[in-house]
Amino acid sequence: MPPQLKRLLPAFIIFILLFLVLKYYLTPETFGEKGHYRYSSIAEVQNIDMKYAGMDKCNECHDDKVEELGMDVHADLSCEACHGPGLTHAENDGDYEILIPTEREFCALCHSKNISRSTRIITQINILEHNTGKKCIDCHNPHMPWELKE
Amino acid sequence: MGTKGVKNSRRDFLKKTAIVGGGTIAASLLNPFDAVLIASEDPGDKSKVWWGYVIDIDKCIGCGRCANACKTENDVPKEPFFFRTWVEHYTINNDGDVHVESPNGGIDGFEQTLDKDDVFKTFFVPKMCNHCHKSPCVQVCQVGATYDTPDGVVLVDDKYCIGCRYCVQACPYGCRYIHPEKKVADKCTLCYHRISKGKTTACIEVCPTSARMIGNLNDEKGPLVKFLKNHNCLVLKPHLNTASKLFYNSLNAEVR
Amino acid sequence: MEEFNHLYEMLSQVQGYVYPNEVDLQWGLLIVQYPYLTGLVAGAFITASLERVFNVKALKVTYELSLLTALAFLLVATMPLISHLGHPERFYEIMITPQPQSAMAIFGFVYLWYLMVVLLLEIWFDYRRDMVLWAREAKGLKKWLYKILTLGVNDISPKTVMWDNKIGYFITVVGIPSAFLLHGYVGFIFGSVKANPWWSSVLMPVIFLFSAMVSGIALIMLVYMVVSYVRKKKPDMLALDTIAKFLFYVIILDFTLEGLDQIHRIYEAEESFEIISMLVSGKLYITLIVIQVFLGTIIPLVILGVFQFYKPKDSIRRVLYLIVSLLILVGIFFMRWNVVIGGQLFSKSFYGFTGYKTLIVGSEGLLMATVWVIVPFSILAFLIWLLPPWKKHNSTEISEAE
Repeated sequence: MPPQLKRLLPAFIIFILLFLVLKYYLTPETFGEKGHYRYSSIAEVQNIDMKYAGMDKCNECHDDKVEELGMDVHADLSCEACHGPGLTHAENDGDYEILIPTEREFCALCHSKNISRSTRIITQINILEHNTGKKCIDCHNPHMPWELKE
Repeated sequence: MGTKGVKNSRRDFLKKTAIVGGGTIAASLLNPFDAVLIASEDPGDKSKVWWGYVIDIDKCIGCGRCANACKTENDVPKEPFFFRTWVEHYTINNDGDVHVESPNGGIDGFEQTLDKDDVFKTFFVPKMCNHCHKSPCVQVCQVGATYDTPDGVVLVDDKYCIGCRYCVQACPYGCRYIHPEKKVADKCTLCYHRISKGKTTACIEVCPTSARMIGNLNDEKGPLVKFLKNHNCLVLKPHLNTASKLFYNSLNAEVR
Repeated sequence: MEEFNHLYEMLSQVQGYVYPNEVDLQWGLLIVQYPYLTGLVAGAFITASLERVFNVKALKVTYELSLLTALAFLLVATMPLISHLGHPERFYEIMITPQPQSAMAIFGFVYLWYLMVVLLLEIWFDYRRDMVLWAREAKGLKKWLYKILTLGVNDISPKTVMWDNKIGYFITVVGIPSAFLLHGYVGFIFGSVKANPWWSSVLMPVIFLFSAMVSGIALIMLVYMVVSYVRKKKPDMLALDTIAKFLFYVIILDFTLEGLDQIHRIYEAEESFEIISMLVSGKLYITLIVIQVFLGTIIPLVILGVFQFYKPKDSIRRVLYLIVSLLILVGIFFMRWNVVIGGQLFSKSFYGFTGYKTLIVGSEGLLMATVWVIVPFSILAFLIWLLPPWKKHNSTEISEAE
């Protein structure tokens, strides 16, 4: 064998062995258990904290409001659609306040007149004309909007 | 859903050959047709959950509560460049011109200034990760930092992602972004932390018109499969063959 | 808030509709640079191979120079890629857990193969005998550098030197397909993205390969002229004319392939056609039509074409060769730009465009990119100082010395 190869071949073999050793030690623990990824990352994603509690949780304390809501057109609505995430609120006995939106603009997100919305799906009003200067909840009970106050 | 016929035995054989042959690199060379079917278990195993999602465009009123709740639930940066889900507003006028908009992903609501007579068609389309079974994003990830879970959800491993952005380029639906603080790819997880605990996703939780639905595609008597049976549902960009598991009811051809 | 100023500016420049996540253009200047530098390597290596494998005697003067240039640029080629990563410190994962289905994952291995097995070895075999001799002559640090670089193989008997030549030749032969692989592969990284119609083309690897050869040959032409000028020597006109001849043929091939790609797009006129034709006639007009096609292709093609039939004085040819090589280098840079940036300017919804503005600072800014241009030239200067091609001992000298 030429002297060059006598020197180069072992060098390459050492290089490849070194690479394999590095590969062995640097590959994360659960990598490749189920597929070409870190299997434990699935559990990591699963363990992320939730923020929205879900209606069942609300119902544990506010069954009266949930019942009111369920009586007619807002029956499909979840509490947290308007009140925002409520898990911290629920888990701390109501210490953490939840959102109570009162502005016309908030109701308008769903109910403002828009020809892109199907009238079969949602009641729409022209907020530029309808009782301007008043808040929606001055007249409508948001949990039972079909009943007018006063 | 036409991707269930993956032959188990053949794949196993190839996997073993690959190991004998010294690494999985050989596998993609031996069977190039397997190249797009990665990691996920055979969805044909009916005893297991395989997540799918339906959006009913007829029911969407464009309130943007889904996009808003998603940002809150998943700590998505509030700036209007990062969305795991967003709502698009399509307006097609009588000349056939298509106008699309999604200001702040629809979170602040939409205005429709045009009159009914000027408009041929107008509707809202919520968008999110399609959780493709043959995901282009999973296919291109260099290091295995994004993957298809055994129950069919495409996730990102934020501790392993190197932030090369190839997956962002590969996603045909624009569903990925680079998280400005974490510097890794980020996207819809189908609220994996919620659905694994028996809860529904944040977007579905707050949707006032039940325009969104999640379910098990392997449960033939389940509500999702029933819905797919009774409605003409389509996926986005079907020609790209991504085997999307996000189905749209009443999808218009203009939607891309 | 301030970190998003740039994005708000881009948002204000959006035309039509883009998906909200698309406002932030992901691959900037550094990813333009990455295929550019890799292409220069592949092209420079192929220029070197012309002499050795295809026996183009006129190019003997540029053989070592081409190899050293290829090495200098190869050492830097991955740096733009690494520095643009969100987590550069996780770079090793590409080598440790390469995902076999990813078009990009194998790059690390292709790169290492090319660096370790092709370029370094070819240069080592080519210079080993000289390094042994230089180690005897030189003093101080340089002496030790040569001693280390010979790896202790000090045998310069004719038999061993014959092995240097034989193995070196073999490596060059292996090196040609490797150079093709290296750059065709870079083209495949873009060509295989089916989500992007501007990239997704089966011709992309071939186009990348030929444009790489064009830019690499032009670079060698430029480096050879500059090095000669610095050494106060007149460049060998026969070598320059020969390089120019090959350059001419390769540009024709490259231009034909790119033209074919565009004609195919226009004739098929798929779903994405409208947005792409708006892109080409709008946002890419200057960089594609004016710089890449007109300045970077047509003008060099005309000049080199005329030289095939009519050769003006040496001094005029030298000036024009200088201009042509610079034009081509700029043109190919913008070819990469038009692919990388152009492919991200239009929305995958095909309903609109986002904008791109090069940032000055930051890991993806102009300053960083400038660094990765200066570094390879500095490496090249060092390599030329350490291994000057013109001080190599020719074999007759050796046999007399022995």
